Amino acid sequence: MKAIVNVFLKAGVLDSQGKAVHHALNSLQFGNVEDVRVGKQIILKINETDKEKAMSDVTKMCEDLLANTVIEDYTIELV
Amino acid sequence: MKVSILQFPGTNCEYDTQYAFEKLGATTQIVWHKSTTIPEDTDLLVVAGGFSYGDYLRSGAIAKFSPVMSAVKEYAENGGKILGICNGFQVLTEARLLPGALKRNEGLHFISKHHHLRVENCDNVFLKKLHTGDVVNIPIAHHDGNYYINDEGLAELEANGQILLKYTDANGEIQNPNGSVAGIAGVCNKEKNIFGLMPHPERAMESLLGSDDGIKMLEGFLAS
Repeated sequence: MKAIVNVFLKAGVLDSQGKAVHHALNSLQFGNVEDVRVGKQIILKINETDKEKAMSDVTKMCEDLLANTVIEDYTIELV
Repeated sequence: MKVSILQFPGTNCEYDTQYAFEKLGATTQIVWHKSTTIPEDTDLLVVAGGFSYGDYLRSGAIAKFSPVMSAVKEYAENGGKILGICNGFQVLTEARLLPGALKRNEGLHFISKHHHLRVENCDNVFLKKLHTGDVVNIPIAHHDGNYYINDEGLAELEANGQILLKYTDANGEIQNPNGSVAGIAGVCNKEKNIFGLMPHPERAMESLLGSDDGIKMLEGFLAS
């Protein structure tokens, strides 16, 4: 199965890249954009059929390496 | 005085660091990251600057799993002195040996220039040759030097005297190049045996090159 991991800076931690993209979109006349957050998506192909096991493994991967939980939050979607 | 300098794939300041400490009379040794031990009698372990593992994923994120890091943690737990410079600072925060984290610079640019720093606390081996309030001129060269810690963590750093250096102008007034919380350029752990800073004291060893203020910083370790 696949695990889709999204990593974003925590709410309250200034996202400079998001801010820069927001400015750029506003200059392109997309004035209706109120906020932009830029993060990263990591797609893992996992040789596992047990969803619970996969979820617990990927959670551990996020905590140990994929996200820095001091500044980042993550979400995991299994497909 | 024996200084061991860690080298990961992508480290590029190990020889500058070696030059700096040898200039001060120390014996140095470069330690490849696959080593599972820290050389015996190491008085100071330096995690040198550079781009460990190409800074893939996040600066310092992959280096924290190198074989040598278990020995680094053990060395730290036994009270060994560790200095992390630039990428070394990032590695130490990723390994949770130092509090906080380093984010992309607020202006999103790589910054490489001389910068002034104010000594916030000299009650530690790193800055014992300086005085609180002194201003030094030390180069910075980083893309991810924006130090972040939450309010609670910041209060703790302040209470424990763990903030060592802040970015300032020549007069010691805060001048923040990268968006760091409270203008922080360097911190230490609570026990004051682990130090990390984004600026490069090892590149400020010759007045001919713009500043020799790095000598005063690094000399602190030799006298301890």
